[in-house]
Amino acid sequence: MTEELLKVVDINKTFAGVWALRGVSLTINRGEILCLVGENGSGKSTLIKIICGVYQQDSGEIYINGKQYKNLQPIDAIREGIQVIFQDFSLFPNLTVAENIALNHELARGKSFVNWRDINEIARQALDRIGVDLPLNATVDEMSVANKQLIAISRAMLLNARLVIMDEPTTALTQKEVEALFRVVKSLQEAGVSILFVSHKLNEVQAIAERVIIVRNGSKVLDTAAGELTQHKIAYYMTGHEVTSSTYDYQPQANGQESLLSVHNLTRTGSFEDISFNLKAGEILGVTGLLGSGRTELALALFGIKPADSGDIIIKGQPVRIRNIQDAIRHNIGYVPEDRLTEGLFLLQSITNNIVVRTLKDILNQFGLFSSSDKSKQARRWVDSLHIKTSDPQLPVSSLSGGNQQRVVIAKWLASMPHILILNGPTVGVDIGSKSEIHEVIRELARNGMGIIVISDDIPELTQVCNRILLLRRGRLYEEFVVSEIDEVTLNNKLLEIVI
Amino acid sequence: MNWKSFFARQEVILAIAIIVLSLLIGLSNPAFFSLPNVFRILRSTIVIGIFSMGVLMVLVSGGIDVSFPAIAAFSMYATILIISDTGIDSIPFAFAVSAAVGVGLGLINSVLIAVFRLPTLIVTLGTLSLVRGVLLFYVGSRRIRISEVAPNLSEMTRANLLSVQAPGGGVANLHITFAILVVIVIVVWFILRYTMFGRALYAMGGDREAAKRVGFRVVRTQFVLYALVGLIAGIAGMVHCILSREADPFSIVGIELDVIAAVVLGGASIMGGRGTVIGTLLGVLLITIISSSLLLVGISSEWQRFVIGALIIIGTAIPVLQAKWNQRRLQVVMQEQST
Repeated sequence: MTEELLKVVDINKTFAGVWALRGVSLTINRGEILCLVGENGSGKSTLIKIICGVYQQDSGEIYINGKQYKNLQPIDAIREGIQVIFQDFSLFPNLTVAENIALNHELARGKSFVNWRDINEIARQALDRIGVDLPLNATVDEMSVANKQLIAISRAMLLNARLVIMDEPTTALTQKEVEALFRVVKSLQEAGVSILFVSHKLNEVQAIAERVIIVRNGSKVLDTAAGELTQHKIAYYMTGHEVTSSTYDYQPQANGQESLLSVHNLTRTGSFEDISFNLKAGEILGVTGLLGSGRTELALALFGIKPADSGDIIIKGQPVRIRNIQDAIRHNIGYVPEDRLTEGLFLLQSITNNIVVRTLKDILNQFGLFSSSDKSKQARRWVDSLHIKTSDPQLPVSSLSGGNQQRVVIAKWLASMPHILILNGPTVGVDIGSKSEIHEVIRELARNGMGIIVISDDIPELTQVCNRILLLRRGRLYEEFVVSEIDEVTLNNKLLEIVI
Repeated sequence: MNWKSFFARQEVILAIAIIVLSLLIGLSNPAFFSLPNVFRILRSTIVIGIFSMGVLMVLVSGGIDVSFPAIAAFSMYATILIISDTGIDSIPFAFAVSAAVGVGLGLINSVLIAVFRLPTLIVTLGTLSLVRGVLLFYVGSRRIRISEVAPNLSEMTRANLLSVQAPGGGVANLHITFAILVVIVIVVWFILRYTMFGRALYAMGGDREAAKRVGFRVVRTQFVLYALVGLIAGIAGMVHCILSREADPFSIVGIELDVIAAVVLGGASIMGGRGTVIGTLLGVLLITIISSSLLLVGISSEWQRFVIGALIIIGTAIPVLQAKWNQRRLQVVMQEQST
């Protein structure tokens, strides 16, 4: 038996004449944890799809367990024990946990009838194998994201997986859940299973990987043991240039010491209680805490989506009431949601239309009709100033990469000139190059006098962007930090402290 | 299962609604609870009940079918014509032909929906009109009394599954075709619960893409499904014909709203992935009681349409409101746990 489970040599792939992969080779050994790192559009998804047989390479060789495949099909990959856990998990929300786990095992055995005792037994064993306990008869839509992932993993393991490919598995997980996932990954490794872990979160890559492969523009640029890498070096290889991480230096404005926004004893039963803080013009205030700490709910309350029950909101010295989104908009508050795909964008509409949608009233001409030249002009301005990479702003937003889509969401809100901008997870799912550019956009906005609230669980992000950070715990304000007085490690420790 | 979640189940809510409604009707008119009336109501559930099993499977798979009444009318009428032409007056033959014609028409839906991936509502609206048009224009539009063309089949119109001497005098009869409903219900229940085909329907209704990825053959499943619904419609058509003792090409069409209302009330989700046989049967019972018994308490038949419309909306709203309420409760529970 060879040590090599999978070997691909000199893979080339083009889509409509555009190189997606160029001469990529890689090997995965038995029981190895390999991280595949790359920015969006670097070709890592294409590579995965070739390995699992969804795409066929133009040229190059694929060997699995020593056997060469000229034309690898998904069913071949599955038979050889290659399992992909997609980002959406491919689970059935309406079926029980047991059925989700056991169904395709039974299907693969060619069964025509269902034996419910078998289904439960198979599911129980599968969960035991990865050492987790979940209610078998609950439906999957009652499960948390982390549990859904465990269900997907235990399902993959049932088909005698020898290589499990996880496509950005940690995107929607909290710190604690990520640690639990890593324990499962390690236990799979001990059982001799290889893991190909796709991620662009650098700290995770360092925590889990034995070997790291970095791809950029369709080529492999680095293949090395994880121990030799620093985050800085990974970032360099991913982007191809030095990524400087700067911090935000808040300059109190001499004239206006009055708070732009101040919040007193804000409460929403079941979500958060007694939250008080100030936000001055030019400040970037970070809000962090674990999932369920009330950080998102606080943002939703300030933007009127789920209004607060009690407490005071004072904007520029005037007490205001925010009962709905219209109230918030009237008081010049903007909100960039976490899930931009469902809450923030009209994906099939053009970039231009998405940017101007909040400000349609401003681009009416004297007859009350839309002026398409004004529309284009305004959109062009934001495309330029936020460096949205597109050949034509008339293209649909869905044609953009994640990072650029996020910029369109920000542009949409900036176009309405808010005084207070709330950003929830501004760089979730955005690669490192775009991330630092988005951070610079945020800092620039604050320098121009906007008050900004950034909600995030990405500690390095908060220390790079904010000048003050609020830490929430179980719906209450736990501690407040001034960024220039603390460092990342201290803040991380504080976070760990409140977990316990 | 605790009491709270027991009472939150659609089936339980429905059962309570049926009991309350029956009590109200029974109080104002005690004849409601008499055995002849109970059998009369059961007789009224036969056709709508058979149809509902087909619609249940379609809704579970994430589709919708409105063409089944036209398929049923076509199958039944064509069968009677064939019997009158060939002179083969046999009950199994009649059901076999009607079912076969139903499958044939169902296959039109299969091809358009499974192979060409067209939206189910539009396709079946189209076939509803198409099949009905062909029936009335080419096949015939004249009513045929069964006794005139098929004496044997005509015997079945008077056959009973059960005849009970009612306490108040007279005989209460339960029609023989009730047995067909029972058989179809058991078969569909078995398909949905214990076959991979049935689970494929739930999986597709839950997430079509995921169903494909785990290896369900969704095209084939859909193809078989609409043929099966055609088969059920063919049988229902024949049953209707026997119950009404005549083949009327203008009949049956129009029942689709009641059937879909019954299935949705029974807890099947119009979005797919959810629905049970028990719930559907309770839905059928409720709709039948409403449409056959409101007259007993002096509510005019125009109001029945209103009530059925309202019930569709209520039946759809209950699960949605429940989900919202549960989410709110979950938040409060999480808060309580964390403090």
